[in-house]
Amino acid sequence: MAPRLTSAPAAAKHDVALDLRKTMLRQMLLIRRFEEKAAEAYALGKIGGFCHLYIGQEAVAVGVIAALRSDDYVISSYREHGQALARGMSANALMAELHGKATGCSGGKGGSMHLFDATIGFLGGHGIVGGHLPLAAGVGFAIRYRGGDQVCACFFGDAAVNIGAFHEALNMSSVYKCPVIYVCENNRYGMGTAFERVAAVTDVAEHACSYDMAAELVNGMDVLDVYAATQRAVARARKHGHPTLLEVRTYRFMGHSMSDPTHGVYRTKEEVEEEKRRDPIVRLSEQLTGEGALDTAALEALDADVVAEVEASLRFAEESPDPQPGDLTTHVLAE
Amino acid sequence: MPTLTFRDALNQALREEMQRDEQVFLMGEEVGVYQGAYKVSRGLLEEFGPRRIVDTPIAELGFAGMGVGAAMAGLRPVIEFMTWNFALLALDQIVNAAAKLLYMSGGQFPIPIVFRGPNGAALQLGAQHSQAWESWLAHIPGLKVVAPGTPADAKGLLKAAIRDNNPVIVLEGEMLYNTKGEVPEGEHLVPIGVADVKRAGTDVTLVCHSKAVSTALKAADRLAEQDVQAEVLDLRSLRPMDEAAIVASVAKTNRCVVVEEGWPFCGIGAQVVDVIQRDAFDHLDAPVLRVTQADVPMPYNKFLERAAKPSPEAVVAAARRVLYRD
Repeated sequence: MAPRLTSAPAAAKHDVALDLRKTMLRQMLLIRRFEEKAAEAYALGKIGGFCHLYIGQEAVAVGVIAALRSDDYVISSYREHGQALARGMSANALMAELHGKATGCSGGKGGSMHLFDATIGFLGGHGIVGGHLPLAAGVGFAIRYRGGDQVCACFFGDAAVNIGAFHEALNMSSVYKCPVIYVCENNRYGMGTAFERVAAVTDVAEHACSYDMAAELVNGMDVLDVYAATQRAVARARKHGHPTLLEVRTYRFMGHSMSDPTHGVYRTKEEVEEEKRRDPIVRLSEQLTGEGALDTAALEALDADVVAEVEASLRFAEESPDPQPGDLTTHVLAE
Repeated sequence: MPTLTFRDALNQALREEMQRDEQVFLMGEEVGVYQGAYKVSRGLLEEFGPRRIVDTPIAELGFAGMGVGAAMAGLRPVIEFMTWNFALLALDQIVNAAAKLLYMSGGQFPIPIVFRGPNGAALQLGAQHSQAWESWLAHIPGLKVVAPGTPADAKGLLKAAIRDNNPVIVLEGEMLYNTKGEVPEGEHLVPIGVADVKRAGTDVTLVCHSKAVSTALKAADRLAEQDVQAEVLDLRSLRPMDEAAIVASVAKTNRCVVVEEGWPFCGIGAQVVDVIQRDAFDHLDAPVLRVTQADVPMPYNKFLERAAKPSPEAVVAAARRVLYRD
């Protein structure tokens, strides 16, 4: 039986405080504008290496993280600019890290795929597909070991579902009651390979039953659906340490990384355009304007404010110093 | 001073450190109810309970990664691999997570974790269960690697490893668990990165670690019968390596043989030879020779297996060659 796509009733969505919904909209816009600026800087050669953009998936990071407490933990894959911003990392620290600068969140030693900020419980930025899922289980283990009621939100893509680490982590999280919210951002493609071409079970949420774990299938283009599902998962985790697998159906509007085409051999331009009509930012904007909470002028002002923040982050990054030559050999070992 | 087996010395170290620090816990296959595949964790479940002595499924990648995650969140995990052969499945977590998180995070996330378990060939276990992994692990910046050869060093190094704020690999010679030696009671710490002269001598230096220490000591006994005084230098730690101790010994003896259980290509001995050619070049009176496992997967047949392993005879022969006696 295919899992049921859960969706909060319309009335419940309006119950989410207006201030929070406005905050969500601003965060999604900030991520969108930030990523657009990062793409520009990458094209100009100011950002190096691999750079995986989050455009289209903003509602997932924002909706999940809005349901967390400040003392909870967040851990992610290499497509994690959005989660970092949603968690409260400054655009400055993030943009500086992409530029490899000393003022970056990882001191310029991590880069796009390795964002860290201990002060907000942001545990990375991990570059090996699926490799950080066992880490999330361990964070959850540590929470219960200390008798705490925090949770750990762990973001990963659909491609990670096919790797052993996913299954080992889910099994042990369930066995040891690790309060982890496993957030599978199913954007339908692992790089250029459609999920259904390489996965025998294409409803990711189905895997949860193998590990006696709660699961929900969530519309990742609606930030309030994501928020509501995460709230339910968080409640299970805080109270009993029960982990949850959220399969969040989303779509990446850009290529796998900045080196990759938006469409081409693996998906059509028409498909991408069709998905863009489900833009999560437009969806929430229209809802807020529809109920009279925001007008066009207010939306434009919000966007201008976000753009200014991103522009400032770019200036900050460009003007920031590179790490010192001596930094090469620091942080290899702890004292 | 009490005499203990290598395994009981490790057990004592675990018990003392778990009594000392509530953040320390042990996780691995068969560590609890079964009392440890090699009985290193005997009695610990009874004393510390299932919260701190955690039996796992056979999922090396998973529980190694859980250890790293727990360390990120402030605990001090000790992860036991039933053998290092199985730890190969966890190498991504050791190399890509444990060893790199401090650096990639710009110093924000130290990973105080111990990965430990039996290493090196035992008896007729075949190719997949008879391997020495130290050169693989010591290759990685961000890891420390220790390989004690005696019960006292096993206790002291494991205690130091648990207190270290870095990932520390503890390689326990599988054939050493039953060996006995005097072990200091209580607070006995062996600093990581300090070698130890297990037998002083003047004519040739035998550099070794882990089980090869006993191989070298046996060879030194036989060499003494031939009026050759061999110095046995036990590295104890492979990363960081006590380069000064190697140079000091070779400066005294002018000749050196390196003994190890691993394969020759890119082995620990190759690293030792690099130190010697760089920092003790003018002290050398002969090329440095190495005694290693034969460069083959370990055979099952006991005669072939014996021929594949480094032996005291091979060490004696190498020593005689660097002394130009043969």
